[in-house]
Amino acid sequence: MKLVQLIEFLRHRLKTVVRICFGLLALLILLDAVLVDKEHAHTHLERLPAFWSIFGFLGCVLIIIASKWFGHAGIMTREDYYDE
Amino acid sequence: MNSFWLHPSLILILGALLLPLVPGKLKKAYLLLIPLLVFVRTLNLSAGVFGHVQFLDWGLIFGRVDKLSLVFGYIMSLMCILGTLYGLHVKENAQHIAAWIYVAGSIGAIYAGDYLTLFLFWEVMAFSSVFLVWFRRRPESLSAGLRYLLVHVAGGLALLAGMVIYCRTKGSWAFDAVDVHHPTAAIYLILIGFMLNAAVPPLHAWLPDAYGEATFNGSVFMCAFTTKTAVYALCRGFAGMEILVPLGVIMALYGVVYAVLENDCRRLLAYHIISQVGYMVAGVGLGTAMAINGACAHAFAHILYKGLLFMGCGAVLHMTGESKFTELGGLWKKMPWTFVFTLIGGLSISAFPLFSGFVSKSMIVAAGFEEHKYWVGFLLLLASAGTFLHTGLKVPYFIWFGKNQPKPEVWNRAAEPPVNMTVAMAIASALCIFIGCYTPYLYKMLPFPVDYQPYTAYHISETLQILLFTGVGFFLLLTKLKPEPKISLDLDWFYRMGGLAFLWLARKPIQATDTLVGELYRRVGLIPLMKTARLAALFDNNAIDGLVDGLAQSVRGFGRRLRLAQRGQMQENLAFAFAVAALVIVAVVIYSSR
Repeated sequence: MKLVQLIEFLRHRLKTVVRICFGLLALLILLDAVLVDKEHAHTHLERLPAFWSIFGFLGCVLIIIASKWFGHAGIMTREDYYDE
Repeated sequence: MNSFWLHPSLILILGALLLPLVPGKLKKAYLLLIPLLVFVRTLNLSAGVFGHVQFLDWGLIFGRVDKLSLVFGYIMSLMCILGTLYGLHVKENAQHIAAWIYVAGSIGAIYAGDYLTLFLFWEVMAFSSVFLVWFRRRPESLSAGLRYLLVHVAGGLALLAGMVIYCRTKGSWAFDAVDVHHPTAAIYLILIGFMLNAAVPPLHAWLPDAYGEATFNGSVFMCAFTTKTAVYALCRGFAGMEILVPLGVIMALYGVVYAVLENDCRRLLAYHIISQVGYMVAGVGLGTAMAINGACAHAFAHILYKGLLFMGCGAVLHMTGESKFTELGGLWKKMPWTFVFTLIGGLSISAFPLFSGFVSKSMIVAAGFEEHKYWVGFLLLLASAGTFLHTGLKVPYFIWFGKNQPKPEVWNRAAEPPVNMTVAMAIASALCIFIGCYTPYLYKMLPFPVDYQPYTAYHISETLQILLFTGVGFFLLLTKLKPEPKISLDLDWFYRMGGLAFLWLARKPIQATDTLVGELYRRVGLIPLMKTARLAALFDNNAIDGLVDGLAQSVRGFGRRLRLAQRGQMQENLAFAFAVAALVIVAVVIYSSR
């Protein structure tokens, strides 16, 4: 099956794949700062370079940490909780 | 009925009822034919009001066809084809019948022009979809189904009460937009009925409870119809209702938070339904043409990608028998195509450019910004980071990759699903990409003219940055996100524990009171009664019986003697009788002559 071979190929070169991904992220920020027209941005904040990158990253961290805190505050419980 | 109008639901209901009569060889063709006929009929519907039926005092309208009902009817009949194709190999007729009647209920509610017809189909949906949970046939499915039904009956009652009061005061049963700026108690009751089906917190807990427990293909149907019919009803009746904006935003984030904690992939997807429907509810609350367009477009795209995601996870469940992240992992070697399709679903729900969510979700966010409600826009974008985090990353990663090694029996069972399931996933994936790439297909169907272009450099850059940096966060915090074999308590706790408390109440205090009353009755009532009875029996035996028996014995003894004297001789008898008579006369004469 070719698809499996492709995934295997990528997994064997994980370090290269990760490097390429970071390269693409840097390129994205660069393009955003240089090329993208921010005339129609809704607020002034958004005109900061890489605003949405920071928003995405911090949002993700916030969601994970806040949710886990919420879960461990008593919301998560054993699986047979409802079995009397 | 003035002229016959072929209702798409009628085709489905008749098709469902005739299904058991179809011979085995033709069954698969028949299963595909009926949904196709429904889809063709939906394509041929022309705008207008049809299907007037006079029933007692009420004029029912079964076919109100306009742009709003058309777009929902279109996607629902399309999803019916995909869902049936996905479960084509299921042998049990009853499962197909339940699914089709459920879809018929949903389509019927969408074309309903009055509250009574809406309510009728609304209840058909609840009572048919519960079977999709029960057919999984686990003990948990039975109770999950019962809870689902109870909650929906409660919502249906709120809707019924609201619509009766509302229509009585208004003097018309027509189902149109209510006066959202001056809501009455009746309007709120109707809203509660709709919100329950749309799974708006705090009325949402039925959704992950039931959808996580339904059959592998039952969830594919359920995820598409109940909540989206409710979104339609909200679009129709409550566009511009302010309170729906904060509720929608809360929904969008609520689903995300619970998805972090969830260990069951289908329950995770269910929480993301709540999150995604939150966008639509917020769109309805905003109420502008763009927001309503966004809500409809997002419902359309959502039905496809959420169906696709449930198909992917349903395929894993169907093949391995497992849906928990802690029991799965590394399946890319065994189910690579299922992985690719699920990933496409994940990219679509996360609104990646070129995928369906990108062209629909952004309309609602943009409508929020346009109305200068910045908090709506920012919080919805935060929720979309969460969406990618779970559905785009967590689900594919922990099922198909991850460090976890499933048990050998799970690993051995894992394989690509039957071909019909794969084809259904492939078609749904193709549609997700098609909608994302060719925007006029979806935009032309929307109720209002669309003046929106999602593919601007700014929007693409914004979305890619949010999503890709969410990805960075995911891989950095991977250890924190490791699934835990636990369940998360949600608001169903109240009625589940309420149920248990009721059982306890029935078992302990009520049972104890019952025992006490029984004992009291025995002591005060029964024992003296028995004693009296025993005395009466004694008296009866010795006194009354003695008297009666004595009398009876004397009569019998006399009779025996009399019988001995009788020998059947007439003369003797006569002589004896005369002798007695003579003796009596002599005795009388002697006595009187004294």
